[in-house]
Amino acid sequence: MKDKACIVGVGATGFCRGEGSGKSLHGLQLEAALAALADAGLRAGQVDGIMPFPNLGTAEGFAASLGCENLRFATTVNMGGAAPVASLGVAAAAVSSGLADYVLMPAGWNGYSGSRAGAIVQEMTASIPGGAIARDFYLPHGLVAPPQWYALIARRHMHEYGTTAEQLGAVALAMRKHAQLNPAAVMHGKSMTMEQYLASPMITDPYRLFDCCLETDGAAACVVTTTERARDLARPPVYISGVASAQPYPADEITGREDIFRTGLTVAAPRAFEMAGVKPADADFAQVYDCFTFEVVQQLEEAGFCARGEGGAFVQEGRIELGGELPVNTHGGLLSEAHVLGMGHVVEAVRQLRGEAAGRQVADASLGVVTGWGDFGDGSIAVLRN
Amino acid sequence: MADGGKKKAVGLPLPLMQGLHGEFYRHCAAGRLSFQRCSDCGRWRHVPREICPACSSWNWSWEQSSGRGTVFTYTITERSMHPAFAERCPYAVVVVEMEEGVRLLSRVVDCPPSELEIGAGVTVDFLSLESPAAGADDRQGEQAPGQEEIVLPVFRLA
Repeated sequence: MKDKACIVGVGATGFCRGEGSGKSLHGLQLEAALAALADAGLRAGQVDGIMPFPNLGTAEGFAASLGCENLRFATTVNMGGAAPVASLGVAAAAVSSGLADYVLMPAGWNGYSGSRAGAIVQEMTASIPGGAIARDFYLPHGLVAPPQWYALIARRHMHEYGTTAEQLGAVALAMRKHAQLNPAAVMHGKSMTMEQYLASPMITDPYRLFDCCLETDGAAACVVTTTERARDLARPPVYISGVASAQPYPADEITGREDIFRTGLTVAAPRAFEMAGVKPADADFAQVYDCFTFEVVQQLEEAGFCARGEGGAFVQEGRIELGGELPVNTHGGLLSEAHVLGMGHVVEAVRQLRGEAAGRQVADASLGVVTGWGDFGDGSIAVLRN
Repeated sequence: MADGGKKKAVGLPLPLMQGLHGEFYRHCAAGRLSFQRCSDCGRWRHVPREICPACSSWNWSWEQSSGRGTVFTYTITERSMHPAFAERCPYAVVVVEMEEGVRLLSRVVDCPPSELEIGAGVTVDFLSLESPAAGADDRQGEQAPGQEEIVLPVFRLA
């Protein structure tokens, strides 16, 4: 499947908190979808494949609004925040096998003005594959929300490998620094020091407030088609060179895994790099799903950017900042740009590879990695090139 | 029983006493921490599963755990993420690794969160929750709660 499909259009809404988007969940995602289609130089009616984010819309609904009279491919990957990048793989397979010509992938929510995480946490937990297990074995003891699930892994990592609060802070600071170069980022104009990070209130140990992703309103979308069709479109194509997604084992229960650090990405990453014929060290940047700081450390390890246990040191001393060894989340990520469910990471990777990232452009970027993380550690990864 | 009596359970998220999950909790109500054990390959398992993931056998029985384990990991929740636990903050949720090899999410009832340590030895105890029938509207899930007493496995420092 290497290089058989391309991302040919990306788009996003503005990101905000405060008053909120003023748009419905559906309208917000339509705005991003139309932006992505305009970017590609496609009419909305040309879309014949739609892959909505889990629980945030239906292909039928998007097709109806967009005038897609020939919808013939409609599916959703149920991997939470790993869905957008996993969907790149499904979309690439769909277009390269002829199931669809143009696949649209919208994602977005009113995460600030609408469904705040605290209010929907039980509904959200019930909707994931491990929902009944969480209900019967986690919730009665007060383990109710994603930051707690992952904090259990982070705490164990700190115990086994000596990972420190300052190392988690280095992730938060790098994302915040990048947001200062991104006018669209919610945290643009709000820089942060390590002292401020360490002084932020504890949410669920070891996660402080600034270890946690933002709650924002916003949407993003992309369009995938075949390499042949991509040549006739408006923008330079970004090739999907390698892509894979996988589940941890077991995917529906997070506490009993023999190896608690082995996640979906552990399985997926070697396959994606093999498909692309490159190594992690070949990447010019990585957009890593950063729901919480430690998940960046863990994914860098499990994707093979460094050895397990070395992630804490890897993220320090500017190595994951622009100008460093591996710039990570050049847009600011979920921690400092906006929480667009991982689609923002795809959009940023494409902008970097098209040389459109302005003040935060990685010089001569030609190969980039984007990851997704969802539910109890589902993982996805794409290796993209220009 | 831990805390020597009944706890008010209204509004607390409680397990649905159904299927194998319900059987697990009924063992707790009888004062036993029991896990499934495969009758063919001998492997213990938790959470409950219909067949053995190691050998695909349908043959298993509930076997009583020694009740002894160690703290494998934990998180101390300081900001409430669910109204039922707001007054409990800060509280620790703890993953206990049992001698049998399985891990169980629980809590350590006699240890302040700040004094928890990975590797600490713990033994099981049981926490009885008042039958929630009177507060059925506050219960989570779609099923009728029935009149059963619900008992959670919790731990004390060894």
